Amino acid sequence: MNASVQVKPVDLQPVARKSKLPVQMTDEQIQAFGREIQAVRERIMSSLGEKDARYIRRVIKTQRWLEISGRGLLFAGILPPAWLAGTAMLGVAKILENMEIGHNIIHGQWDWMRDPDIHSSTWEWDTVCPSKHWKHSHNHMHHKWTNVVGMDRDVGYGLLRMSEKQEWEPYYLGQPLYNFLLATFFQWGVALHDLEAEKIRKGEKSYKEAIPFLKEVGVKVRKQVLKDYVLFPALAGPFFLPVLAGNAVANLIRNYWSYAIIFCGHFPEGTEDFTVEDIENEDKAHWYLRQMLGSANIEGGKLMHIMSGNLSHQIEHHLFPDMPSNRYAEAAREVRAIARKYGIPYNSHSLRRQFMSSMKKVFRLSLPNRRARDEEVTVAA
Amino acid sequence: MNAPQSLLRQVSDILATPLAPSRYLETINPLWSDHARGKVVEIQQEADDAVTLLIQPNRAFPAARAGQYVQLGVDIDGVRHWRCYSLTRVPGQQGRLLSVSVRQIEGGQVSTYINRRLSVGALVHLKPPAGDFVLPASTTDRLLFISAGSGVTPVMGMLRELQANRPHQDVVALHFTPDYPRCLFAGELRAMNSEHRAVRISVTRGLGADGDLRGHFSAEMLESVCPDWRDRTAYVCGPNTLIDACQEHWLAAGIPQQLKREAFMPKRAAAKPGAGGVVMFEVSGKQVKADGQTSLLEAAESAGLNPAHGCRMGICCSCLVTLKEGQVQDSTSGEIHNEPGEQVRICVCTAAGDVKLEL
Repeated sequence: MNASVQVKPVDLQPVARKSKLPVQMTDEQIQAFGREIQAVRERIMSSLGEKDARYIRRVIKTQRWLEISGRGLLFAGILPPAWLAGTAMLGVAKILENMEIGHNIIHGQWDWMRDPDIHSSTWEWDTVCPSKHWKHSHNHMHHKWTNVVGMDRDVGYGLLRMSEKQEWEPYYLGQPLYNFLLATFFQWGVALHDLEAEKIRKGEKSYKEAIPFLKEVGVKVRKQVLKDYVLFPALAGPFFLPVLAGNAVANLIRNYWSYAIIFCGHFPEGTEDFTVEDIENEDKAHWYLRQMLGSANIEGGKLMHIMSGNLSHQIEHHLFPDMPSNRYAEAAREVRAIARKYGIPYNSHSLRRQFMSSMKKVFRLSLPNRRARDEEVTVAA
Repeated sequence: MNAPQSLLRQVSDILATPLAPSRYLETINPLWSDHARGKVVEIQQEADDAVTLLIQPNRAFPAARAGQYVQLGVDIDGVRHWRCYSLTRVPGQQGRLLSVSVRQIEGGQVSTYINRRLSVGALVHLKPPAGDFVLPASTTDRLLFISAGSGVTPVMGMLRELQANRPHQDVVALHFTPDYPRCLFAGELRAMNSEHRAVRISVTRGLGADGDLRGHFSAEMLESVCPDWRDRTAYVCGPNTLIDACQEHWLAAGIPQQLKREAFMPKRAAAKPGAGGVVMFEVSGKQVKADGQTSLLEAAESAGLNPAHGCRMGICCSCLVTLKEGQVQDSTSGEIHNEPGEQVRICVCTAAGDVKLEL
């Protein structure tokens, strides 16, 4: 490809920018690839109907019954089996609510139904992060600028160094610890994502500037905390403590699980990250290609897909963020075939492998780039 | 609201947070909702091409007056569609039930669904009743109703109200129908004739029954059916031709204020994808012309507005705005959106004809 650039200097400008993505494809191939991906989207989006509507309503109904039953059982939480079952059910309910329901509704995946109760403009989810902030930090910054270092703040969440392109500093030596804390307090990390903590840490942003943002978070936090840590325990009367503990553990289960799934989406070895220069004048086909290169899937059965909010189909989710999640499995078969056809890497492995790979990156990048590693990266690109 | 109730409300709001408590109650019974909804309890074949839905509304449905209409929402292939229908019964006339009568319109998605596919037990969505095509407060005013086709529906709501609660009020009703099989409520209308009621049906095309009139509305017909029409509060509902004819007649008599009119909504203009149009911003009162390549967001910005937005590529849902009138096209899918009240992504939608947005 580089050779053809030199032979045809007229094409230097467009081809040079297009060769910045780490694939051996000509521009025509990338455009053809983009059209095929677009066709997958159009076919599936035009076939949405009753069955899909029934799916999301059934998931919501299941989630609400799980939550009601879990909270009910926790009231008998003085009995260990009831406590365990109640906590587990509440934990699963929270995971479903945040992932398959909340995250996906806020993406507008179900807006086509025109049901105001299942709509991105109205949905508020069961976590301390207000959905309005999420639409900015996640729907916009993360999904539009996926893995672009300096734009997509999900690359390390302002806490971690998750790309060789992020400059190392001694602060990152503590990365394994920050990572553990992030997993444990994941919902709080998500809520404070837009705070841009690293800018405050570096003195680029004052606390004062953050006050209006913190106030909005505070309104949500107050209600969430009152619910799980005051009112429900208080309703249980003498069983205050078992209910409090059950709610806390359920939140913790949700934190660890959602953290694990989200880390598997973009950090396993083999997922690419990008610089702002890489994406200059990016068109739709290149955007699709970048989404594919920067995302990783998790292999698994139906339960795995539902419990991960179908983020086990992270690649498809990034290609089509507003496609109803129950259709990702179907899209994945076609996208995988298209990837094979064009020789584009399609990163899909077991949860265990993707998670271990992400953790390895956390540890590896807590140290400065090694020279050998740098060269390897350069050669690979 | 007294103190214990208000406390209960606050506590249940926190317990259900971030949702409304109603969302959990709906899980148990969809009618236990703070949204107005109803359950279809009976479907009657009203004419060859029309059905009447008897609907049990929930407690969130506010009081309705005879002659008003409701917006009825049904989910068709997973998508909610809203249409306005006159109430042919209001709660109080037949238990707590309300009813609407829906004629199947050629190519009409919702009317066809209601006639062919909707079944007893179905949940329908409602919006509060609206409209001022209603009975006068006075129970002594003499009344005249003139209707044609589906225009009989609000009239029927009022006639039933009169039958139930004002049996002595003097009423003349004149209804036009193309033929007998397509006449809504024919039997019930005829049966209303009594000392205080004169109800006549006029058949304009096909077969009628004995005693029916023939032909369209005319001054002569009115004179013969209701010689004292000048002294009555009159109501007309039906096609624009009928409304125009009545309006001229009442105007010529110098008493246009005695005629109340109800016209059903005009048909939407056919889809004009890529056509562009005038974009009106309802809240700010501004408007701007936009071509089929200009997003509504760009149009708003060029009009000096600064609507909330994010990605500008249709993925973050930060820019949703309510469509009030007209139609827009989603440039990422080609899909046309034309349902008033629909939320559209202004960063990727373009005007397809003149549109009005809540901005």
